[in-house]
Amino acid sequence: MAKKSYIQAITDGLDILLDEDPKTLIFGEDVGKNGGVFRTTQGLQEKYGEDRVFDTPLAESGILGLAVGLGLTGWRPIPEIQFMGFTFEAIDSIAGQMARMRFRFGGQKNSPVTIRTPFGGGTHTAEMHADNLENFFTGVPGLRVVTASNPYDAKGLIISAVENNDPVLFMENLKLYRSMKDDIPDEKYTVPLDTAKVVREGTDVTIVAYSAEVNESLTVAEKLAKENISAEVIDLRSLSPIDTDTIFASVEKTHKVVVVQEAQKMAGVGAVVASEISEHAIMSLDAPIARVAAPNSVYPFAQAENVWIPNADDIEVKVRETLSY
Amino acid sequence: MAKDSKKVVDFAAIKADLGKDFKPVQILDNDAKVVNKELMATFSDEQLVDFMKKLVWERALHEQTMNFSRQGRLGFYAPTLGEEASEMGTVSAFKENDFLLPAYRDLPQLIQHGATVAEGYLWSRGHVLGNQFKARAIMPQIIIGAQMVETAGVALGLKKNGEDAVAFSYTGDGGTSQGDTYEGMNFAGAYEAPAVFIIQNNGYAISVPRPKQTAAVTLAQKAVAAGIPSVQVDGMDILACYAVAKEARDFAAAGNGPVMIETLTYRFGAHSSAGDDPSRYRTKEEEQPWFENDPLIRMRKYLTDKGQWSQETEDAYVEECKNSFKDALKDADAVAPEKVTDMLKNTFEVPTPDIAKQIAEFEEKESK
Repeated sequence: MAKKSYIQAITDGLDILLDEDPKTLIFGEDVGKNGGVFRTTQGLQEKYGEDRVFDTPLAESGILGLAVGLGLTGWRPIPEIQFMGFTFEAIDSIAGQMARMRFRFGGQKNSPVTIRTPFGGGTHTAEMHADNLENFFTGVPGLRVVTASNPYDAKGLIISAVENNDPVLFMENLKLYRSMKDDIPDEKYTVPLDTAKVVREGTDVTIVAYSAEVNESLTVAEKLAKENISAEVIDLRSLSPIDTDTIFASVEKTHKVVVVQEAQKMAGVGAVVASEISEHAIMSLDAPIARVAAPNSVYPFAQAENVWIPNADDIEVKVRETLSY
Repeated sequence: MAKDSKKVVDFAAIKADLGKDFKPVQILDNDAKVVNKELMATFSDEQLVDFMKKLVWERALHEQTMNFSRQGRLGFYAPTLGEEASEMGTVSAFKENDFLLPAYRDLPQLIQHGATVAEGYLWSRGHVLGNQFKARAIMPQIIIGAQMVETAGVALGLKKNGEDAVAFSYTGDGGTSQGDTYEGMNFAGAYEAPAVFIIQNNGYAISVPRPKQTAAVTLAQKAVAAGIPSVQVDGMDILACYAVAKEARDFAAAGNGPVMIETLTYRFGAHSSAGDDPSRYRTKEEEQPWFENDPLIRMRKYLTDKGQWSQETEDAYVEECKNSFKDALKDADAVAPEKVTDMLKNTFEVPTPDIAKQIAEFEEKESK
């Protein structure tokens, strides 16, 4: 057990995966000697050799096409796309190819790829280096989309993602990379791939969030607790599929819900959560479903992102509105 | 005004020379004359007759399949008329353990590589059983170029497995304009992966002629930038196509890295069975010399002159092939229709809760 950052927790998970399964391969731009631009694969090439951990030419479609082909020949690829904005270059390899392989071959062939990629923002990067494309990828049938809100889950989730035989998009939050540390067990453990987690129990209102917004939501919950308001916070962890059972159970208890996401409000994860609740649990509600999301602009230039990204204050406003409905 | 001086770089001269290095390999010319006796000597009489039969088989497959298609008994099919030498010559050079990544006009190669004709017909109809063949291959790729990056991955996987096998893929002249074609060649080159990229230059991407795809005078030269050796071959000469593909396969399998082949052929008919009208975008004057360059003509003449082939032999074989295709269609007809329930079951390894509910819904719907 040691205190580890989100990055170190993922490195830990990758180390275990490389050690346990000789068929796992890590590749991408700068993942070898350089250990990745965020050092997430640091030391892994040195430990497992260039056959297992290797650099690729600079072409995202090529990287993920390579992954599909390696998967078809019995390998378990863990490619890295350096920034989520770069996945636009590889949409066909993801949505047109790897997500369809099992379906195309009726289960006879598949390509068990886990794509790791940093997403989110708040770190003042260049354009296309901060993005919330989960709205986009959760619309791809056959692709699992997961993301952790803390280092502990990050390690357990990456292990589950790679060990699962479905293609998984594993989104790593840029802002959380170095900003929080957890006690991380040295040994292997897993976090389930399609189960949300109640990270704080409460009885007055449910806040559904994922990734960095879980921490913002917890800040709000702690503040409200001082006023004897009891907020329950759910971390989705899996954005596709969404664990609706956990959400419904919570809503049936609290009768009020606020759905939070960092991504733009349009056509996305929060919209699915809200529509599932209205379809299946609306009679449990005492107030309209509230939503906190970024506005429908292109992901902002660095100077405006701190206003654009929903924070604890934005969540608090919506929670209070919902409570006083 | 600057004084006239010697050019720093003579771009005009460089441009004029681009692609000049490529001369199509040919063994048997259009008049059935052996133009490369040394290579011709590598074929036994039995092999030559076998190649003729493969040409006739693919021609018969095309004719019968188009018939079925016109009768509304099949779905999408890409006609292969005119491309028999390019397709049968190249595919014959590969071994059962080699991994084929075809495009949609490559159903004949997929069948030669181990899929059944019935599976081909099920693929055309849009049935998952059409993709569950024994052949070491993926189903024909619809996205132009996607198979090229996947070929690099399959080839690297085979290399890592330590197998005596190569990945081989097909695309067309239009396919070489896709970024994925270059990325696939570049990745395979960077990893010295055993891949053979076959470009069937049939002159057209639906209606867009080859010169409008690129300023490159050959498609073979596109491999040069990726550091991959490449060659042009007379795509109407099955013997040359085979000889070149075999050499390429051996080179790649020996650990020398990938190879690219450009076959020069011609799409005699429309782009697809859905029918487009080639007279909208090309002239009879252009077509006629290519029709006279039919890959079956030269082999038929060569073997007939040698007393190893006759019209009677061919007619009987065509009949035999067409009967087998009719049987294949019956086999395809006997297969139960595709079910939404099965597709849902194959979306993930274990149905997710949302999909499990939808399976239950469709089981009820499809049981009615």
